[in-house]
Amino acid sequence: MIALLKRDLALAIRAGGGFGLGLAFFLIVVTLVPFGVGPQSELLSRIAPGILWLGALLACLLSLDRILALDWEDGSLDLLATAPLPMEGIVSIKALAHWLTTGLPLVLAAPVFGVLLNLAGPGFVWLTLSLAIGTPALSVIGTFGAALTVGLKRGGLLMSLLVLPLYVPTLIFGAEVARRGAEGMAVETPLMMLAGISCAVIALLPFASAAVLRVNLR
Amino acid sequence: MILTADNLTVTRGGIPVLEGVSFALEPGRALVLRGPNGIGKTTLLRTVAGLQPPLAGTLTGAGERVAYAAHADGQKATLSVEENLRFWASVFGQGEIAPALAAYQLEGLRTRAAGQLSAGQKRRLGLARLMVTARPVWVLDEPTVSLDREAVAMFADAVRAHLRAGGSALIATHIELGLDGDALDVAPFRAKPTAADDFDEVFL
Repeated sequence: MIALLKRDLALAIRAGGGFGLGLAFFLIVVTLVPFGVGPQSELLSRIAPGILWLGALLACLLSLDRILALDWEDGSLDLLATAPLPMEGIVSIKALAHWLTTGLPLVLAAPVFGVLLNLAGPGFVWLTLSLAIGTPALSVIGTFGAALTVGLKRGGLLMSLLVLPLYVPTLIFGAEVARRGAEGMAVETPLMMLAGISCAVIALLPFASAAVLRVNLR
Repeated sequence: MILTADNLTVTRGGIPVLEGVSFALEPGRALVLRGPNGIGKTTLLRTVAGLQPPLAGTLTGAGERVAYAAHADGQKATLSVEENLRFWASVFGQGEIAPALAAYQLEGLRTRAAGQLSAGQKRRLGLARLMVTARPVWVLDEPTVSLDREAVAMFADAVRAHLRAGGSALIATHIELGLDGDALDVAPFRAKPTAADDFDEVFL
């Protein structure tokens, strides 16, 4: 399993691996929003937590179809399925590799991008924390979507539509933590909800992903 | 342990393609599957490899003992030959890749990215992967596609060495490999049209 993680990370950072794709998309969204909204730093400051969370979520969505589709195309998914690794382990490692190459850079870059959106001072900590807790859920849910649509040509559109409603709770509570944090309000309730969603998703969804992947490989 | 298929019915997309397939594959033996294109050889092999369940019949001695090689080699284009093999070796809990490299004369290519190999070299890498799995039953689907005559001989030697070591091999191929084993023509097992066809007639 460690070997699979190492291989996926090596593939991601080599040429054409897609590392940085999400980060670049995040940067584009965050730099363009101030131009679109206009020079109203007070308004910008108010919408910053929501925009940052939305940007991170869309950046995550962008690279989801690579999680399993590439392995399916070159046949390594079939071979992994016949290897001694449990399918649940394979999808969990795939989700972890996706988070390390997409989610983690977003978490680390978010405070820097917050400056561009005039995020209020106390918001930086809570934004980073909420992204750190919430983005693993995005990767795991995304892997489930990728498992559902693996083998479909141009399955990316269908996957986005399937995954979108599943992303809504994470977005609501994640953005709420960042917003309340930025305004200096209590964040415990949405933070706990966000953490609860992430824990539940990480604990349960790999079983569902593995089940649909087994069906899709038939 | 003998790999036994008893009265196996395999399906593709929910429709039976082969039914009543029975064979036994003893250690040290090879079984070559023959039959026209589209008859269901790949489907049968995928069933034996455990990628899909049979509709009917029983399969014993497969599961964790099978190393499967499909049409696609499952090698990553941006990883080198050595990295690809090392990855599969560690997935299967093995450490040694030198014999596999030697058997298919890949030593000179070990640092080359798999994406820059020719089709035949890629196939050799795909077949070398079997040797790092340390599994006794090789299930091979058209293993000699795009191999030249020398590489086919390398492959036949590798299979023979595997059989001598007590392994067995189930191979779907159209060419003569000169192996010590039997041939099974799957054409007679073609599934009869099912009740689904009669279903329409009810309304006619």
